[in-house]
This record gives sequence, C-alpha cells and structure tokens, in this order.
Amino acid sequence: MSEYVLETKNLGIDFGGLTAVNNFNIRVEKGDIYGLIGPNGAGKTTVFNMLTKVYEPSRGTILVNGTDIGKMSTIEVNRIGIARTFQNIRLFSDLSVEDNVKIGLHNSGSYSLADSLFRTGKFHSEEKRLHERALELLGIFRLEGFAEHKAGSLPYGAQRRLEIARALATKPCLLLLDEPAAGMNPVETQELMDTIKQIRDRFDISILLIEHDMKLVMGVCEKITVLNFGQVLMNGTPEEVQNDPEVIKAYLGD
Amino acid sequence: MKKITEMLKKVFSKKYRQRTVSYLIVVLAYLIIETAIKTGSISNTIKSLLVPTCSYIVAALALNLLIGYLGDLCLGQAGFMAVGAFFGAVASVFFSRFISGDVPVLILAIIVGGIAAGLCGALIGIPVLKLQGDYLAIVTLAFCQIIKTLLLNLYVGIDSKGLHFSFITDNTNMDPDGILVIKGAIGANVTKKLSSFTAGILLILFALFIIHNLINSKHGRAIQACRDNKIAASSVGISVSRYKLLVFVISAVLTGMAGTLYGLGFSSFKASKFDFNLSILILVYVVLGGLGNMTGTIISTTLLLVIPEALRAFNDYRMIIYSIVLIAVMLISNNAMIMYYLKQFKDHLKKMFPKRRTE
Repeated sequence: MSEYVLETKNLGIDFGGLTAVNNFNIRVEKGDIYGLIGPNGAGKTTVFNMLTKVYEPSRGTILVNGTDIGKMSTIEVNRIGIARTFQNIRLFSDLSVEDNVKIGLHNSGSYSLADSLFRTGKFHSEEKRLHERALELLGIFRLEGFAEHKAGSLPYGAQRRLEIARALATKPCLLLLDEPAAGMNPVETQELMDTIKQIRDRFDISILLIEHDMKLVMGVCEKITVLNFGQVLMNGTPEEVQNDPEVIKAYLGD
Repeated sequence: MKKITEMLKKVFSKKYRQRTVSYLIVVLAYLIIETAIKTGSISNTIKSLLVPTCSYIVAALALNLLIGYLGDLCLGQAGFMAVGAFFGAVASVFFSRFISGDVPVLILAIIVGGIAAGLCGALIGIPVLKLQGDYLAIVTLAFCQIIKTLLLNLYVGIDSKGLHFSFITDNTNMDPDGILVIKGAIGANVTKKLSSFTAGILLILFALFIIHNLINSKHGRAIQACRDNKIAASSVGISVSRYKLLVFVISAVLTGMAGTLYGLGFSSFKASKFDFNLSILILVYVVLGGLGNMTGTIISTTLLLVIPEALRAFNDYRMIIYSIVLIAVMLISNNAMIMYYLKQFKDHLKKMFPKRRTE
C-alpha cells in the first residue's frame, strides 16, 4: 500500500500537435485538502479529465492508493474510489434531487434486476436503506428540504452542493471538485469552506480541488500546486505560493 | 376498512398515481368492451380491431421505454414485431402438436416470439449502441428492412420429424404429412387464431408491470441518468453501454411478444405487413402520447386506431381528416399559450370545486 492516495508520474496529454499538459506530478496524501490553481487555460480541468479517464493520457502513470489505473475506464476509476464534480454542472436535471443522490448510490444498492422486476422483499428493504442514506447525504449539504424538487430547478449554489453530494454517494477515497464555488455568493462560499472541511473529517477522504476564488483556496487548502501553460509552476503551502514571484507573474503578468 | 383506505391512499399518492391510473384505464377499457361484446352492441369491424390494437399498444409502450427513458430513437419496431410474429407462428403450430388447449400454446408462442426478438435486439444492439440519435435510428430502420426481406424469402415446414427450413426456394424436404407454416412471400399460415382480446389486455398489463417496475428502481434511475448525461453517469460508476443494451433488449422482447399476439390474431399474415410505415405509425403513437408517459401512449394508440374507423362515413376524406387531427394535436400540445390557458381553466375548475379536506 502506497502512502499516497493519488500519485501521478510525468502525466501528459497531447491534442493533435498541442501539448495541453506535460510532466504533471502531484502527490496527494490521505486526508489532504489539496488545491490545484492556475490561470485560465492552464490545463487544470484537463488534469481532472485524465484522472477520471474522460481523456486518455498520452504518457505518464496515475497511481491511486498504489494501483495503476492506466487501463481502467471512467466507471472502474469511480469504483476504485475517485469521484468528481464538473466545472459546467452536470446534474440529471429532469430527475428529483433525491434521485440524483440515489444514482450516486447506484453501486451500493445490492438488489438485482429480477428483484426490481418482481418487487421482492430485498428490493423494498434496500430501497428503504438507499432512501435514508440519500436523505442523510442531502442533510449534510442542507438540501433535505428540496428532496422532491427537480434538480434543474435548484439555485446555482444548491446545484453545486448537490453535485458534491452525488459524488460523495459513490463512497470515494478521493474527491475531485472542479470550481465548487463558481457562481456562489460570499456567504455561500464561506459555508462551502466549512462543508469541505466537515466532509473531509466525517468521511475520512482526501480532496483535490480546482478553484479561482483565492479566499477559498487559501482558507481550506493545506497544499497547493500551481499550473501554468500545462506545466507545474510550483508546489507548496498557501504562504509559499502567495509569496512566490513566478506565481504572481503568471497571474498578473510582468 | 381502515387498511383499505390506507391502501387506496398509497396507490393514489403522488409517487404511485401514474402507475395506478395506467393499470386502471386498461382494466376499465377491458370491462367496458367486454360488456359491449356480450350485449352485442359492437360492430364486427371494431371487434376485429381489438387484438391488433392491443398489440400496437404493447409495441408502443416498449418503444416509449426506449425513447422516453433511454432517450434513443429506434425505427425498427416493425422488424422486432415481424420476428415475434413469425417465430410465434412457427412455435404455435409446433407446440399445438404436443399440447392441447389454446392458452398454454399461446403463452409458449408469445414467450418464444419474445425471446427471438430479444436475441435479435441483442444481436443488433451490441454493434450499434455506440451510435446516437439519427444514426441509431437509421441503423434500426435498415435492420427492419433486412428482417422483412429475409422473412419474405423464408420457408418453414413442420412434420413429425420436427422443423424444416429452406431459403429463397420452397425446398423443405418434408414428409407428406407436414404443414408448411411460412411460405415466403405468401406469408405465414397458422390455421387457428389463438389470440384473444383477453390475452391482449393481459399482455398490456404485463408490459406495464415490467416497465413500471423497471423504471421505479435503481436500474430505472440509472437508465434515466444515461439519458440525461452520459459523462456524469459514468463518473458515478454506471455502465452506460450495459444499460443501453439492457433497455434495448427488454424493449425488443416486449415488441416481439406484441408481434406474436398480432400474428396469432389472424389465420394468415404476410411479412410485407411489417414495413417501415408500421414503425413510423408506432413512433407517432409514442410521440403523441408523450415521451415517458405510459397512460398517454395507451390512449393515443387507441384513439389513432379508432379515428380512421370512426371516419368510415367520410370514406374519401378520412385519411385527410386523420392527418389534420394529427397535426392539430401536435401543434396544440406544443403551444405554450394554449397549454397556459388550459392550465388556467383547470385552476379555475379547482377553485369552483374545492377539495374536501380528509384530515
């Protein structure tokens, strides 16, 4: 067993002749809240897409708890413990809020197709358990009052929280959050910071997040990697990153 | 007594209402039509339409599962119905050699028809389910044409030794006591009509039971997840291709069963009956009834089959009137203004007749 929840070695991807990300190395330890920042177009979301195998990396290796996920599909990556949210929210917007979380719980429901077609006792007891578990997760994100609402009808901030709840429902060991605070007001952002710390402690997971809101990044992240033009600019603590001249140059220009 | 009211409350609660209403409508329709038949107040034309209507409803329900919940367009329903009809016909003649009694033979034939269509569904599903939208529709359309052409050239006979097949020419080498069940372009000959209206209604109820129980389970949620957002579905560990194939096969099985019911409602039928037009007709029923709305599908199918018959009096113009009705309904149900006025009218009625509070 490796000591790192996530470790990448020289990860890179090309789109045609364009190298979007190159030599990307990151080490996320158990219990970390890790920030991935960088200017627009630096390749942050591309890294997430490689980690979840939405894109196939051109080179390099990804180890999750020491297991190479090189040959795995998006589904298998989720099953070994990586869950994510999306920059442009991808909820099942026609379904209810509760159903969205229940879809996240899909693989923990242990009844078969025959059970559901013939409504066996196992079906009913499992559905009851899934219902309770879904409400519990919604409760953490203060969404239990919206359980019956359509997911698409929720306000923007609530949709972001619902997406995190759905990702958590898959019982991950590593949670990838892609701009969780985008579109939130300062009060919601503050609440989100508390929630992020709370779910780390409660579910005993590691969190890797992309965020442009520096207040949130500096407030919750213990380690930060800065990405610029597909290359790692530096790794360090929030203080080191804030005072690094290279980082300031990348963000503000000369 | 208290238990009964509690039961009633449960089946009419928001969660179960749609299901209950769809079952109730089918049962009510059955009771009304059966009494009408008993009292002799139904014409023979309508009577002869009952079994085909039931089978169209089942096929439309199966297609609605595919379009409304999986979100994939399939134009091959006629092909699956044809497979069900022809395999069912052969199975019925085959089984009636060993089993007396119409009901068990019909059940066995329907099962065989369903399985055969399901296998066809899996066969074409595996290579084509990576396609989406228009592309999938065109492939399934081509499949339907291939099935029709194959069946137009198929000869199947049954004698004491078993089944005999031949392709393109009638060359089955049967014993003299054998019966030729499928005769190429002439079609299938089943000698005995096994399907009845009761069987049709039971098959509709069976289809509703399967579809509702599938949709309202974790599998149903996964299916809808695949429809709404494929990337998000796979990011929470749901195998999109597996669920697509599952729905495709279930839909094909139900359609095949509908086909068997349809075929066995006639003493003989031709493969050319199951052409592209039939697929489109079933698609029209589904779209008119509303995607994902099973009750709507049942009503729209019945109406669209009854309207042309009711318009027999205007014989020359009936297809024109039928088309105008179709266009009008599509326009009205998609017009926000008209739907808004309808809703206001409904709210107005609610105010005039306020619900009594039971609590």
